[in-house]
Amino acid sequence: MRHHAMRPYVIALVFALFVGDVAAAAIYPIDRAHFLAGSKFDFKVEFDQIVPQGSMRVTINGIDATRAFGKTFQYMENEDGSNASSGLIRDVTITEPGKYLVEASDGVTTQRVIWDVYTTGPRKAKNVILFIGDGMSIANRTAARMLSKGIREGKYYGQLAFDDMPHMALIGTSGVDSIITDSANSMSAYTTGHKSSVNALGVYVSRAKDNLAHPKVETLTELVKRKTKLAVGIVTDAELEDATPAGMFAHTRRRGDKDIIAEQMFLSGADVVMGGGSAYFLPQKTPGSKRKDDNNLVELYRRTGYRVATTDAEMAQAAADASTRKLFGVFHPDNMDGALDRHLLKKGTVDRFPDQPDVADMTRAAIDVLSRNPDGFVLMVEAGLIDKYNHPLDWERSVYDTIMLSNAVQVAKDFAAKRNDTLVIVTPDHTHGVSIVGTVDDAKPGPEMRDKIGVYQEAGFPNYPAPDKDGYPPSVDVSRRLAVFYGNFPDYYETFRPNLDGPRVPAVSKDKVYVANEIYKDQPGAMLRVGNLPRSADTGTHTADDALLTAMGPGSEAFHGFMENVEVFRVMVDALGLGAPARSGARGADRQTQTKRALTSQ
Amino acid sequence: MLRRGILRGGALIGLLYCGAAARVAAAVESTLGFNELYAKQSVLGMELSMRVKTLAGHTVRILGYLAPPLKPDVRFFVLTRAPVALCPFCNSDADWPSDIVVVYPRAPLDAATDGLPVAVTGTLELGSKIDAQTGFVSLVRVIDAEFTVVR
Repeated sequence: MRHHAMRPYVIALVFALFVGDVAAAAIYPIDRAHFLAGSKFDFKVEFDQIVPQGSMRVTINGIDATRAFGKTFQYMENEDGSNASSGLIRDVTITEPGKYLVEASDGVTTQRVIWDVYTTGPRKAKNVILFIGDGMSIANRTAARMLSKGIREGKYYGQLAFDDMPHMALIGTSGVDSIITDSANSMSAYTTGHKSSVNALGVYVSRAKDNLAHPKVETLTELVKRKTKLAVGIVTDAELEDATPAGMFAHTRRRGDKDIIAEQMFLSGADVVMGGGSAYFLPQKTPGSKRKDDNNLVELYRRTGYRVATTDAEMAQAAADASTRKLFGVFHPDNMDGALDRHLLKKGTVDRFPDQPDVADMTRAAIDVLSRNPDGFVLMVEAGLIDKYNHPLDWERSVYDTIMLSNAVQVAKDFAAKRNDTLVIVTPDHTHGVSIVGTVDDAKPGPEMRDKIGVYQEAGFPNYPAPDKDGYPPSVDVSRRLAVFYGNFPDYYETFRPNLDGPRVPAVSKDKVYVANEIYKDQPGAMLRVGNLPRSADTGTHTADDALLTAMGPGSEAFHGFMENVEVFRVMVDALGLGAPARSGARGADRQTQTKRALTSQ
Repeated sequence: MLRRGILRGGALIGLLYCGAAARVAAAVESTLGFNELYAKQSVLGMELSMRVKTLAGHTVRILGYLAPPLKPDVRFFVLTRAPVALCPFCNSDADWPSDIVVVYPRAPLDAATDGLPVAVTGTLELGSKIDAQTGFVSLVRVIDAEFTVVR
């Protein structure tokens, strides 16, 4: 909005009553969008019928939108063959904070939305580290504390690394389209400050048919690369092109566009990238590739100055080299294996991929490399498998990975403790319907396993052995173990004991619906639980329960009470002072041009 | 124990048929297990096993699980090592395992058989290929295939 001096508009409450009075019409960003001054976004207006371009009247605080933004609308008379018209202006910004009334009229009816644009104070933090415990629910935390710290007479012997942070908040995770979110939508809220819809990353879901044509909002990585010289790191134990890491940079309506997301990751210029999912970085001719073209993204990373690591040892070696500023680590073709399988059971794919690093090790390596940037860094670390194991009702695996997240957070706390310039945030992106209800005691009498469930005083305490130095109990199959159940599930056989043969597969597809997986049927005491989800649900599902965030360091004092997930973005950009005008010499555009050329010339 | 589905008929005829089919099959087909597909699986790619490479173009029999169909009218199905817990076609957060086999059946597929263990017999075809109808990428295929539900 540099082209016309618009002033914030004082909004009368009555306007809100008109919002949404035209069905199937829309304005993006949506009503009540609360976003950062100076951040880029695409402005789109959709009408519910064909509107001649001359009849379209779009204003922002009463000023014609094309004048306000200094750009003309891309007019779509019948967008994607629909019987309705749309107008789109890409890459606009509003620099002045305040309220904005946006009105779009087709000559007869008018739709209205109100935006609230905020700016930030001066920079408070040199670094920001955002930990995402994907799907980490309260029961995951509690069980992780019990198993890794121990509890006697009602008191724990210790706390998880994120338990004693000074600030916390309950986070609302719902999206534009639904009370239930997914990891794409929820991460996008943290990294853009805009709510979106299930499966969408860095876009508002409009009526466009092309996944890549929806109105975009700027991501944290783009903002940091455009306005500052900070380094950016993205670490996960899921696939690099999975929703949470993709949220740091991607723009697509469908998180399933993994080949495109891998390219967008490379183009984002993130300096440290580590995780699984190599299958989408290899050219199609390489056996094991899931790409549909010949782009070799591993080679592109190598050619553009990144150290490439495919094992734990290579990662440690690259990070220890003081000249390493950029690191691409990929350690598995798919999702990496979790802590229980890697440390204890050696199941999953550990035999085929024995050299995978831990999330805590990746965090240490990422901080070592990123902290060499004198301007500071933004690092996102995801413990992605907490969610991947909550889905199949495999609570032991999700809890061992919660312990691993605690170890990773400890690495960041140790780094932050030496200085007072690093904001550390630990939060789930959404929750699961999981609870600890007592214990299962094999010694209790009774013919059925449910007879062995202890509740209230009969629960007592579990008898897991003392944890090893990393906080993992060396045995998970004990005689008095936690009784943990999920509240939302497909048909499955409850076995009341850990699945030692590999990650649990509760339901399998049969005749287009999901039925209980019969491989557990003959386990002693197995009990069929008839699902309470639709038969199309293959696993347990996400819940709308609030997520619990904890934080420390400069800027963390803003976390309190209940907050929408988009406010996490605001706290981070405020800590980094990103509302300030762009510095000259930022690197984003150059890299885009340079690497797009590289991608197409292969 | 696995038992191939057989044609209905008198017990004696059934037994004779089975015996004959087994003898004929032994002469023309080689049974391949999922464990035998790759010599090496690494982060930067997999390497097909020598046995698989030498069987390319020949008739093979593979045991696996029939994954949920892509669409009702699709011309191929996906064979997996274990029953698929997630449906990558229905859930955008799910993805196929790396070691799938794509099967193009000789006759149209009965869509009501997904999730079942099957024995697939057909010609082994190797090399990256994109399905023209769906854009689905495959490396190992069995074409002109017949399949039998095993129980």
